[in-house]
Amino acid sequence: MLPGYAGTILRIDLTQDKIAKQPLPAEMAHSFIGGRGFVAKTLFDELPPQADPLGPENLFIAASGPMSGHFMPASGKTHFGCKSPATGGYGDSNLGGHFGPSLKYAGYDMLILTGRAPQASLLVIEDERIALKPAGDLWGMGSIATEARLKAELGDAYQILTIGPAGENGVVYACITHDFGRQAGRVGIGAVLGSKNIKAIAVKGTGSIPVADPKAALTEGLNAFQAIRTKPGFTGWTPEGTAGITDWINRVGAFPTRNFQTSYWDQHTQINGAAILRELKITDKGCYCCPTPCGKYGKARTGLGDVYVEGPEFETISLLGSNCLIGEISEIAYANYVCDELGLDTISAGVVCSWAIECYEKGLLDRETIGRDVQFGDLASVVHLLECISRREGIGDLLAHGVKTAAQKVGQGSEAFAIHVKGLEWSGYECRNAPGMMLAYMTSDIGAHHARAWVLGHDLAGSSGSVHDLIASKGKRERLPKSEVTGRAANVIASQHLRPLFDLLGICRLQFMELGFEVEHYERLFAVITGNPLSWDDMLAVSEKVWHLTRSISARELQGFGRAWDYPPERFMAEPIPDGPNEGHCISRAEIDILLDEYYDLRGWDRNGLPTAATLERCGLKAVARTMATWACHGDG
Amino acid sequence: MKLIAKSEHCSGCGACKLVCGLTNFGQVNPAMAALSIHGRFPAPGVYEIRLCDQCGVCAEACPVEAIEEENGIFLVDTDACITCGECVDACPHGVMFEHARLDAPIKCTLCKACAAVCPRDALVIAED
Repeated sequence: MLPGYAGTILRIDLTQDKIAKQPLPAEMAHSFIGGRGFVAKTLFDELPPQADPLGPENLFIAASGPMSGHFMPASGKTHFGCKSPATGGYGDSNLGGHFGPSLKYAGYDMLILTGRAPQASLLVIEDERIALKPAGDLWGMGSIATEARLKAELGDAYQILTIGPAGENGVVYACITHDFGRQAGRVGIGAVLGSKNIKAIAVKGTGSIPVADPKAALTEGLNAFQAIRTKPGFTGWTPEGTAGITDWINRVGAFPTRNFQTSYWDQHTQINGAAILRELKITDKGCYCCPTPCGKYGKARTGLGDVYVEGPEFETISLLGSNCLIGEISEIAYANYVCDELGLDTISAGVVCSWAIECYEKGLLDRETIGRDVQFGDLASVVHLLECISRREGIGDLLAHGVKTAAQKVGQGSEAFAIHVKGLEWSGYECRNAPGMMLAYMTSDIGAHHARAWVLGHDLAGSSGSVHDLIASKGKRERLPKSEVTGRAANVIASQHLRPLFDLLGICRLQFMELGFEVEHYERLFAVITGNPLSWDDMLAVSEKVWHLTRSISARELQGFGRAWDYPPERFMAEPIPDGPNEGHCISRAEIDILLDEYYDLRGWDRNGLPTAATLERCGLKAVARTMATWACHGDG
Repeated sequence: MKLIAKSEHCSGCGACKLVCGLTNFGQVNPAMAALSIHGRFPAPGVYEIRLCDQCGVCAEACPVEAIEEENGIFLVDTDACITCGECVDACPHGVMFEHARLDAPIKCTLCKACAAVCPRDALVIAED
């Protein structure tokens, strides 16, 4: 028995319809903790190198962590992994809700799907009973509609993952939806599930998770739930959730607007957290055991119809809102709903749509190709593009490949304003004057995503406090000086170990990052749950190890992978921001190189951005170093 | 003393169910909880808490008098219970539960743990 863990890995070969239950190796739990660590370890060990991301040889992994499902704040995270169809490299994405805890109550820490089901299927897990059922009648249905139908058929106690048409049709930024509005949005994980002919996974668990010290777990859990109520952000941050940062982001000129043409929009008060409360919200919607629910579930009333939808959270406000110049919160919520139902990641979809509209404005894509006139600020234009993409109809077949590939095909300079890194579209923070955050995006292991490191407060406000501190800070829009680029790497690296650590543990980071909930709570809870008194620094060391491992996976999977994969789009290096607090600022290629050199040196990677054998060995990845040598893709030195 | 649900405050996190099982059975297992949360999604988008109000219908239904009142709280005598399920069927709120690993049904003991933990104050204790 491994306290904290369910103790079993569930493996299903979909091609053969073979089910295997494997005891969770204690060494794996000890060395990689869980969640993202299990995903990386499994992908490195078991993914056939150079696999087709949408072929049967790719792996679909769902992994909880040792703290998932336990009595503590926000223990509801599930991590998903695959070789990403968006980037061709290492891919992971996570969601909150209730799925991971239910998987553990059913008895499983990790689910690994391989092969391809011979027909459209529904995977049902009820404790020890596993069944693959035909789901042809669900194929083509929306994500939310599918979940509603399965809840009605199977019962309320089931926690359900679904994909929409985008996942069925191999859109490389298709997401997984759960709990009527929670998504594992990034890297195309929904397309991987669709490629395996799995429309949905339903799990019901009625078992117990072993815990090292049940009495102490109860006491420490109650203490943690009481302690978090004393944080100012408990009442200050929670009501608006992630959308509460919108005004601050705009005030510091980091609000992606008009396909990242600028970084400030004076309509931000129409689409901020207050607008959600004013116009949309019905209820706060919490993930498992979450004391600070960021989910805002509501009803949007628009000219295109009325819809129920969870969100929009900040990323969606940014990419489907300001970046597409949609200036009404109800319209952003409608686009959010369309993405949810079609099974599209709102971040990537927003970037792709804004790129396509800019191409149309510049005459690089014409009306006939797109199927209609499209323009910034027009909800119908965005909805048209989303529907085409999800069904790969007309222009949608091009856009379904993501902005990097679409721009390569359209050419004519459109690559310069295709906003991505490594093929993953950029999330909601403009960084031409935020060099630390720029570096964070450049070196994020899955591509341009903020989840791995977020240092914008440090860059633009000199703050290392919580997000709530930033939001609560007084100030007005003012012209910001040009930021210094040197000395940024250490802070970024620290953040890249800290934030993903929560993905190893299987819990949400927002209580820590947004409210400043103290590390000591997590250390104490981890000890009483697992019986393993790891210090926070011990855990951070594992997080660092996983960072080198995910970089190594991408190096193995992508021919010639290295430094060239880490550059931001040309727009950020060539076009000064035209207005707002960061007017006139951009970042030069020489400055980008300074950021990268400092980062690689501190990481123990060579100047081509590959982990050296010595670094891998120092972090306990000797076997990885040997494997990388056989692929001739570890760093020199 | 009464446990009162304010469903309009509930965000569906389920911490109440988890602490219930942990307090009463020492198990990390929300299927061992004596209350339930029902999300009504996609529409109308609300949560409904169902809990025991100590009405005593279960005791009336029990054929072996294994449920007795103590200070306004109806408790199951697990030794006397014959696991017939009559109380579960009779409960007007649907909040007596059976679990494969337990010999007697799960019923609210008014331990107050759920109210202590609920971060939304959707479960509160009202003194008489």
